[in-house]
Amino acid sequence: MRAMVYRGPYKIRVEEKDVPRIEHSNDAIVRVTTAAICGSDLHLYHGLMPDTRVGSTFGHEFVGVVHEIGPSVRSLSVGDRVMVPFNIYCGTCFFCARGLYSNCHNVNPNATAVGGIYGYSHTTGGYDGAQAEYVRVPFADVGPAIVPDWMDEEDAVLCTDALATGYFGAQLADITEGDVVVVFGAGPVGLFAARSAWLMGAGRVIVVDHLDERLEMARTFAYAETVNFTQHKDVVVEMKRMTGWLGADRVIDAVGAEADGNLLQHVTSAKLKLQGGSPIALNWAIDSARKGGTVSVMGAYGPIFSAVKFGDAMNKGLTLRMNQAPVKRQWPRLFEHMRSGYLKPNDIVTHRIPLEHIAEGYHIFSAKLDGCIKPLVVPDAS
Amino acid sequence: MPYTADKPPLPETPEQLRARIPGWGADLDPADRPSYPREVQGLETGAHWDLPEQQEERQPRERSIEHARLTPAFGTSVPLKGLSGVVRSYAYRRFSEGRAAHWLLLIAADRVDAVESHLTSFTTRRPDNPVTETGVLAEASHHPVRSRAGRVDPRHQVLDPVIVVGPWVLAAVVVYRSVRAMVRRART
Ligand SMILES: NC(=O)c1ccc[n+]([C@@H]2O[C@H](COP(=O)([O-])OP(=O)(O)OC[C@H]3O[C@@H](n4cnc5c(N)ncnc54)[C@H](O)[C@@H]3O)[C@@H](O)[C@H]2O)c1
Ligand SMILES: [Zn+2]
Ligand SMILES: [Zn+2]
Repeated sequence: MRAMVYRGPYKIRVEEKDVPRIEHSNDAIVRVTTAAICGSDLHLYHGLMPDTRVGSTFGHEFVGVVHEIGPSVRSLSVGDRVMVPFNIYCGTCFFCARGLYSNCHNVNPNATAVGGIYGYSHTTGGYDGAQAEYVRVPFADVGPAIVPDWMDEEDAVLCTDALATGYFGAQLADITEGDVVVVFGAGPVGLFAARSAWLMGAGRVIVVDHLDERLEMARTFAYAETVNFTQHKDVVVEMKRMTGWLGADRVIDAVGAEADGNLLQHVTSAKLKLQGGSPIALNWAIDSARKGGTVSVMGAYGPIFSAVKFGDAMNKGLTLRMNQAPVKRQWPRLFEHMRSGYLKPNDIVTHRIPLEHIAEGYHIFSAKLDGCIKPLVVPDAS
Repeated sequence: MPYTADKPPLPETPEQLRARIPGWGADLDPADRPSYPREVQGLETGAHWDLPEQQEERQPRERSIEHARLTPAFGTSVPLKGLSGVVRSYAYRRFSEGRAAHWLLLIAADRVDAVESHLTSFTTRRPDNPVTETGVLAEASHHPVRSRAGRVDPRHQVLDPVIVVGPWVLAAVVVYRSVRAMVRRART
C-alpha cells in the first residue's frame, strides 16, 4: 500500500509499505477514504515529540471502510463505513471505566503519562497512522463508530479530532451564561472551541491569532471578536483593556507547543528542542484570565519541562483544566448539534491533498501558506 | 469599574445572541454536558472483556518502567534498530518518565535515527531527497510572499532551511575533506 513516511524533521515522503495485519483478536484493518493533517502532526513533523521514529506513518483523524476484522470483533463487519476517534483505548481499564478514554492504561507500553494515539510517535504507543491506504485499528469494538447515513464524509473526519477537541475544550473551560471567553489560536481546534463556547452560553468570545485569514474565519465561522496579536505591543494588556481591566472569565489555549510571539521562547522550544513546548500562549492565557477564572488547555506540549508561569496561576487562584479529548464521549451530543444545524464542521476545510502530494501538504500547512486552515488527505485508492 | 463589585456590561443580551448565533445556549446547563462530570462510571464502551487479551510479543518490546507489564495492546510501527535503537532501549530501561534524562535521550536518539536513516538511504535505490521531502516545491504555487505578510513567524522560518539543510552541508564538507585527505595521503 501507499503510506506517508517520516524521514526526519521537516521531511516526509510516500512509500510502499505492507498492508497492516491483525495483531490482536479485537483489531480491524480499515481502508482509509479520507484522513486529515492536524496541528498536532506538526509537532511530530518538526521533530519535537520524543521517540518519533524514521519510517513511521502519521495520521490520527480518519474515516474509512472496514477491510478485515479480528476473530473477537462483534460490532463491525467488512464493508462498514467507520469514523475512528484519534484515541486508541481498551474500554475497561481503570481509566476507561471512568470515561477517561484518552488516558487508557492498556494501549501504550512506552509511557504511562499519555494514552494511545494513532500515528503519533512511540511516546503514544508506536502505532502507525492513517495518512495511508490502510490502518490497523485496535479495539475495534470500542473506538470506531459507523458513520451515520446523513453525515458527510468530511464532517465525519472533523468529528474524529478537531471538532470534538474544540467542543471538549469549551467544556473544560467551565463556561456559564454571560462569561467572557478568550481563545488563543484560530486553528481548527480554536475555531471549534470558540464556536462551542456560544453553545454553552458565552456572553462574549474573543479569538487571538496573527494569521489574518484565520481571524477572518473566527469572525465568520465562529462569530467571534478577533485580535491580531502583532498589532498590539502587549497582548495581555489588550485583553485587560477589552475586559474592563478584570481579565477574561474563561481562557482556552488552542495553540500548544509551537506558540509564536516571543522569539526566545519559540526558538528555545520549537527549534532547539530545549523545552517541551513554547509556553507563550499558555502564559498569555494565564495572564489574561481574571482572578478565580479558568484556563482550559487544549494545546499539546511535549513531556519535557516548559517555562510556564505557575506563580501567576497560583496567586490568581486560577483553575487549570486540560486533557487530550476523549472523543467518543462527545459524539452523541455533537451529532445532535450537527443535525440541528448548529455546527457544519467542514466549513473550515481549505485544502484537499492527494496522498501522493502529502510532502507539499505538510509544508503548506506548516508554513501556513495559501490561507491553509484545515487540510484533508485523500488516498488515491479510494 | 474593576474596582467595584459589578461585572462589566456585555455588548449583547442573551436574546440578541440567540438570534445571531445558531445554537447559542444549547448546552447552557453545565451538568448536561457530555464531559460532565469528568469521571463517570458505567458508560457503555462496547468492550466485552474485563482485561483485554494480550497481543503477541513477536519481538522484545521496549516499555516504560512505570508500567508493571507489557500492555495488552501496543503498536508495532518501527522496531528498535541501529545506534538509535541502543540509545532508546537504554532510555526506556534505565530512566522513568519522571526523569529528564529519559526524554532527552529519546530526543537525542531521534536525531541519531535521522542521520542513520539518511546514510542508509544512500545505499538503497531511493536515497533521501531533501528537496522533494520537505515539500518546499509547493512554495512557488502557493503565494509564498503574500501568505507571509504581517505575521510573526517568518522571522524564525528562516531557521527552517538551516535546520534541514545545515546537517547536509556539514556532512558534505566532512566527506569532501576526508576524501581530499585520503587522496593526498595516497599520492604521497
Ligand atoms: N487536547 C487534544 O485532544 C488535542 C487534539 C487536537 C489538537 N490538539 C492541539 O491543539 C493545538 C491546536 O491544534 P490545531 O490543529 O488548531 O493547530 P494549528 O497549528 O492549525 O493552529 C494553531 C494556531 O495558533 C496560532 N498561534 C501561534 N502562536 C500563537 C500565540 N502566541 N497566540 C495565539 N495564537 C497563536 C497559529 O498562528 C495557528 O493559527 C495543537 O497544539 C494541537 O496539538 C490537542
Ligand atoms: Zn489531531
Ligand atoms: Zn483503557
